[in-house]
Amino acid sequence: MEGIPSIMRRSSIAAVAAIGSVSLLLAGCSKADDGTGDGKAKAAGADAATKHMVNASTKKGGTVTYAMSDVPDSFDPGNTYYAYMYNFSRLYARPLMTFKPDAGEKGNTLVPDLASAPGKASDGGKTWTYTIRKGLEFQDGTPITSKDVKYAVERSNFARDVLQLGPNYFQQFMQGGDKYKGPYKDKKGKGLDSIETPDDNTIVFHLNQAFQEFDYLVATPQTAPVPQAKDDGIDYVKHIVSSGSYQFQSYQEGKQAVLVRNKNWNPKTDPLRKQYPDKIVVNLKVNQSTIDKDLQAGDTLIDLQGKGVETQTQAQLVNDKSKLASTDNTYGGRLVYMAINTTQKPFDKVECRKAVEYAVDKVSVQTAEGGAIRGDIASTVLPPDITGYKKADTYATPGNKGDVAKAKDQLKACGKKSITTTITARSDRQEEVDAATAIIESLKKVGINASLKQFPSGKYFTDYAGVPAFDKKNNVGLMMMQWGADWPSGYGFLQQILNSKAIGTSGNTNLSYLSNKPIDKLLAQSIAAGDENQRNDLYGQIDQAAMDQAALVPLTYFKILLYRSPYATNLVSTAAFSGQYDYLNIGTTKK
Amino acid sequence: MISYILRRLVAAVILLLVVTAVTFGIFFLLPRLAGQTADQLAQQYIGKSPTPADVAMVKHNLGLDQPVYLQYWHFIKGIVTGAEYNLGPTTAHCDAPCFGYSFKNHVAVWPELTDRIPITLSLAVGAAVIWLVAGVTVGVVSALKPGSFFDRSFMGVALAGVSLPIFFTGQLALLLFTYQWPIFGRTYVPLTTNPAQWANTLFPAWCSLALLYSAIYARLTRSGMLETMNEDFIRTARAKGLPERTVVARHGLRAALTPIITVFGMDLGLLLGGALITERVFSLHGIGEYAVQAINDNDLPPVLGVTLLAAFFVVLCNLLVDLLYAAADPRVRLS
Repeated sequence: MEGIPSIMRRSSIAAVAAIGSVSLLLAGCSKADDGTGDGKAKAAGADAATKHMVNASTKKGGTVTYAMSDVPDSFDPGNTYYAYMYNFSRLYARPLMTFKPDAGEKGNTLVPDLASAPGKASDGGKTWTYTIRKGLEFQDGTPITSKDVKYAVERSNFARDVLQLGPNYFQQFMQGGDKYKGPYKDKKGKGLDSIETPDDNTIVFHLNQAFQEFDYLVATPQTAPVPQAKDDGIDYVKHIVSSGSYQFQSYQEGKQAVLVRNKNWNPKTDPLRKQYPDKIVVNLKVNQSTIDKDLQAGDTLIDLQGKGVETQTQAQLVNDKSKLASTDNTYGGRLVYMAINTTQKPFDKVECRKAVEYAVDKVSVQTAEGGAIRGDIASTVLPPDITGYKKADTYATPGNKGDVAKAKDQLKACGKKSITTTITARSDRQEEVDAATAIIESLKKVGINASLKQFPSGKYFTDYAGVPAFDKKNNVGLMMMQWGADWPSGYGFLQQILNSKAIGTSGNTNLSYLSNKPIDKLLAQSIAAGDENQRNDLYGQIDQAAMDQAALVPLTYFKILLYRSPYATNLVSTAAFSGQYDYLNIGTTKK
Repeated sequence: MISYILRRLVAAVILLLVVTAVTFGIFFLLPRLAGQTADQLAQQYIGKSPTPADVAMVKHNLGLDQPVYLQYWHFIKGIVTGAEYNLGPTTAHCDAPCFGYSFKNHVAVWPELTDRIPITLSLAVGAAVIWLVAGVTVGVVSALKPGSFFDRSFMGVALAGVSLPIFFTGQLALLLFTYQWPIFGRTYVPLTTNPAQWANTLFPAWCSLALLYSAIYARLTRSGMLETMNEDFIRTARAKGLPERTVVARHGLRAALTPIITVFGMDLGLLLGGALITERVFSLHGIGEYAVQAINDNDLPPVLGVTLLAAFFVVLCNLLVDLLYAAADPRVRLS
């Protein structure tokens, strides 16, 4: 996704860099009952939840309170695109597959949820068959069948005039997906032919191409069953029918959602969910600084968005060792980078692009972004918490501070003494503007004069940086960008930003306008490869090829700083959901 | 009097129509002049990787495939008679006044506005009371003793008040009185839930906003009063032997109030349309915040809703101002 903080998937990492000189960590799980009498657990140490489960407890009861500074795009599992909603919705909407609740990269492991086993591929990865568990019921006691899953996929991917907020991968990959207009316009009521339900427990997906990571696609909330009889489109969000361990007791648009135990959820059909708290409350539109304070006071247990504390709180936490021991500083599955427009002269020549690669002082960019706590210096396209990452540094410079001599050499090889260009950034993202300003300074030292143009993030891709005609007209050679994958694999991360097929007349996310046949071929090969190791190897090759092409300058691997509530149990910061805590089994010790 | 109000109301409706027409024009026509097509516009409301069929569906659903004048007509009609809306499997009726649904997330605009009006109203009216009382009092006292220590020091403070931006004074108030010494609450509580907490939470916001305005009002009142107090009728009043208090309050202030009422009507009306910066600083989810969000999202129905609401408040306040004129100044007759 296009780098809106916390939009879709990304992750954290196992080997999370420690914050400063912090000494940390208790080995193994720390028990929730170790703390004071009021249920407050002792701090488990900085970054503890990125390595193992913190405050492990099977204690039942109580209320787990979430808060959010804004409102989610939607609670409707078929109409959301945010990682935190993918994470949270699993409490009331069970997808075919999901991620194992575990710390760091271990959390990237796919496990069956509504399905009883991972998908069976046939026809070279073009057909995927899932068997759903027996004995499943909706909250009202009606049985869940494969038809409810098929319907959920159809409404969420094909009725885009009504439910357009989620991604549309099924529309892109299902046979005949481009022609089907969705269940609301489907007068015959047969649905999409390429999704078959031969019996109540089997669902078969026929794809238009081999897609070996299909298990990731069915791990989205879009495959969580929706009973057609209860679906009223946009308004379904007001009375979602639960298939998970909790169901909605009340929902007030833009204010609050309250969930209680779903009595028709059967633990025997669910090896993942534990149903610990009695109640889950989500308070919306709470001031972020209030959330941060409430987290520390224990009034709120989880910041739903999971994008980390705000800057002021960060300063307080980092400067207080006792508070730092209750934080998790982790990768957010996201790369902060600067795309180089490979179609804009003189950056159509690789040497000119390489000059930029060598010229950028990444330390100054990291400082502008908020320091090491907000990101490690990056040298690859894939962040370390995405499956397929391989360590490399093609354009290494001393201390990552840029190499003026090498940059000038490249500029000479490109046949230029100086370059005048435009760099774009999103005006409502101060850190991005600051980073661009730092880059301008370092480019100036080698003779590249870039002037900054700022645009609102809402139209950055549709009207400005993502429109080739606009870039050409305005001599845009460099574009600030952030990217997180829709699912935590190399393909999920790379295909939208390096694939020439992703280039259109507007709304581009391949901001480098990279049209490189070998890379396109590698991408196609990788997703058709049945062997996971082979795929991961190919992702490493694509990354390297993109860097050899100097299509973009990796700046930082984005990190978040989470505050870990002493009252919350079973906390793991998972790479599968942008470093957020896994929301499936969080309980409370609060009395 | 009644016919005067009626005439003003008719004029107000026409004005509101013009405002919406202009907003419509800015939204649709300006980008079109810059080369934007209806397809590009529709693409903003679909999400990722839309197919041409998706674009066509969204265009149709949002009515973007119709000529602009027809879209405008449907919008106006919706306000008066309500509108039909495609919810998916069914079509829903959106009751009048139907301001439409957000292009971005299909949430109805009118309930969003009615949810937020009390917050903006609380902020604006609370601040207005403070700035009016403080501003006018300081202005009157300063005018009565021009050049005195009180006059000089308060006019100095007033100057600072006008100069300091709200994002500075607001943040400072928050830092000192909400975080450093937590005297005031952090999260807005509706008046109906708990009046004491409502006032407690809003007080720093009121004061920050009032500081800015009371400065202007103090200066306005001062100059008005200085002028009025030199008028012949004041001398006559004094000559009649009226006590000074009556001269100042009944004769002086009453005449000096006219320009203040005018400005007050405009200011309050504008604020009711959303005090963007104050709402942002104090995390109040009012009309201003909604407007900013809608503009960022290029989401026409909420933008139109807010514009219309703001214009309505300005018109309403101006009408009240005109009525108040008659009450404040006996020389004014409404006809």
